[in-house]
Amino acid sequence: MKYFGFIWRNVWRKKIRTSLTMLSVFVAFLLFALLSAIGYAFKSGEDAADAERLIVIDKITLINPLPFAYKNRIAATEGVHSVTHASWFGGYYQDPRSQFPQFPTEPYEYFAMYPELNMPEYQLDAWARNRQGAVIGRELAEQYSLKVGDRIPIQATIWTKADGGRTWEFDIEGIFETDDPRGSTAYLLFQYDYFEEARAFGKGTVGWYILRVKPGADPVQVANAIDLQFANSPNETETSTEAAFAQSFAKQFGNIAMIVSLILGAVFFTLLLVSGNTMSQSVRERISELAVLKTLGFSDRSVLGIVLAESIVIMLIGGLLGLGVGWVLVQGAAKAMGTFLPGMFLSPTATITAIAIMIGAGIAAGIFPAVKAMRLSIIDALARA
Amino acid sequence: MSEVLATLTGVSKTYQKGKESVEVLHNLDIEIPKGDFIAIMGPSGSGKTTLLNLLGGLDKPTSGTVRVGDAEISSMSNNQLSRWRSTNIGFIFQFYNLLPVLTAQKNVELPLLLTNFGSAERAHRAGIALEIVGLEGRTDHYPRELSGGQEQRVAIARAIVSDPMLLLCDEPTGDLDRETAAEILGLLQILNREHGKTIVMVTHDAQAAEFANRTMICDKGTLEHQEAV
Repeated sequence: MKYFGFIWRNVWRKKIRTSLTMLSVFVAFLLFALLSAIGYAFKSGEDAADAERLIVIDKITLINPLPFAYKNRIAATEGVHSVTHASWFGGYYQDPRSQFPQFPTEPYEYFAMYPELNMPEYQLDAWARNRQGAVIGRELAEQYSLKVGDRIPIQATIWTKADGGRTWEFDIEGIFETDDPRGSTAYLLFQYDYFEEARAFGKGTVGWYILRVKPGADPVQVANAIDLQFANSPNETETSTEAAFAQSFAKQFGNIAMIVSLILGAVFFTLLLVSGNTMSQSVRERISELAVLKTLGFSDRSVLGIVLAESIVIMLIGGLLGLGVGWVLVQGAAKAMGTFLPGMFLSPTATITAIAIMIGAGIAAGIFPAVKAMRLSIIDALARA
Repeated sequence: MSEVLATLTGVSKTYQKGKESVEVLHNLDIEIPKGDFIAIMGPSGSGKTTLLNLLGGLDKPTSGTVRVGDAEISSMSNNQLSRWRSTNIGFIFQFYNLLPVLTAQKNVELPLLLTNFGSAERAHRAGIALEIVGLEGRTDHYPRELSGGQEQRVAIARAIVSDPMLLLCDEPTGDLDRETAAEILGLLQILNREHGKTIVMVTHDAQAAEFANRTMICDKGTLEHQEAV
C-alpha cells in the first residue's frame, strides 16, 4: 500500500492519454455488463428450470398445437406424476408495444406444477371460480400499476373470439410472486376453459404440456415413453427437460452465448492493444526515472511490480466505472424491457468475472513493458539520459 | 591512521563494444578513508564514472574486489546489491534525476519506501533532510517549480535521507552556474565536515575539486596522481 501514492501519481503522469485509455476500458466493460445481462436473460429460463419437469411440444415446431386429448394419455404414462398444459396467447395491453406473455391454463394444476410460485390460496380459489379471471405476476402488477379487482382488456394478435372480436377482458383475481430469484413474474395466466369456449378456431388443442415425473423416475425414460406413444401419429411429440426446452427456445434467437463471447473477445483484444501501447509508451518515456529507482535500491521485482500495478490500476478504474454505469443501465433496461426480455441481470458471477478480466488484462497489457523495465541496465539507462 | 571505508583491490573493468574489448579501469588499488571528501578528476572516458559505479554497486568489476564497509559488494547478486544500495549509498547526479510527478517532499521520501518506516516517520525524516539542505519551505513544490540549484538540493536531501555511509556524486555541479555550484559544493562540504559523510565526487571542474579534501586524477584506467588539498 505504501507504493500506492507513487503508482497513482505515475498513472496520472499524462492525464489525457490515461483518460483516453481509461475511456476505452470503460466502454469495453460497459459492453461487457450489458451483454452479460442480455446473455443472462436468455439463460435464465434454463437456470430456473426444474429437473423433474418435462415439456411436451409438437415434434416439428413449437407453433403447432397438440390435441387436448393427449393430456389423459400423458398422465397415464408410467413415471408421470402430474400434468398440465399452457398455450401462447400473444396479446398486448393498451399499446402494441406493451407486450408480455399471456398463457391460458388450468389454475390449480398450474400452481401445483410450479410450487415456486406463491399466491394466497383465496386468490387462487377466486381465479378458479371466475371463468374470466386472471392472475398476474408481481413484476407485471408493478409495471402497469395493476391490482386485484381491476378489469383489463387484452388485444389478441392471434386468437380472435368466436364473435369476431379481438378484445379479451379479464378480471384480476390474484397476484403471484416467485421464490426463485432468477424466475420472471412478468406474465399473465388465465383460464383455459374461457379461452377454449371463446376462441374462434383451434378448439380442442393446447400449446404444450408440462408434466412432473414421479420421485425416483428417470426423466429421460419418461420422455422417451411419451414420444413413443405418439410416434407415427399426425401430432408426433418431442419431450424434453425444462432446461433443454428453455435452451432450445433461446437458440431460436441464435447462439447468444457465442455471439456475446465473440463481441467481447474482439473488444478485449482491441483493449489489450490500446492499453499495452499506453503502458509501453509510459515506460519508454521514463527509462531514466526507472533507472534512478533502481539506483536508489528498488529491486528488479519492485520495478516490475510498480509498472504492472499501474497497468492494473488503469484497468480497474476504467473497468469498475464501466461496470457501474453498466449496472445502472441494466437496472433501467430490466424495468423497461422486463416483459419482453425478463431476467436481465448483472449477476455476481459476471461481476467477479469482469474484475478478474480487469486484473488479467492489466497484467497482459503491462507485462512486456514491465519486464523491459525490470531488465533495464542502470548504467545504460543513465548514460542515455 | 584513519579508518578505511572502501577498498578497491586489483580492480579492472573491461567493456565489450562489438567485437572489441575496451579496458576502462586497469588493476586499480584504492583506499577511501571514512569521513573523506575525494574529488576524482580526469578526461572524458578515463573511467571516473565507472569507478563511481563500482563503488556504488551499480556495476561489477571484471576482476578484483570492491569492499565498502563490511561488505564485499563485487560478489553480491543484483538483488543483494539493490538492498545494500538502499541503506548504504546516496547518489547525486549531474541532472538531478528527480521524479517529475512527485513533490520535493515525496522525492526525498522515495528511498524510505524501501524501509519499514510508516508514512509519518517517512515524512518526518524527509522534512529533516530538506531542512539540512535549506529547502524546508519548498516541500510541496514539484521539480518543474524549482531552480536548478534547488533541484540539486532536493537530490542531495534524497541522497542523505536514509543516512548512507557513502555519498557518490557524478558531476553534481555540471549543470549549474558558478554561484549556485559553489552553494551546492559548500553544502557537500558541510555534509562532510559536520555530518561526517564520506563523499566521492567525480568532476571536470578544478574549482569544484578544491572543495574536496583531496583529488585523485584518473587517466587511461589508472589513478595516475593523488594530491592532498
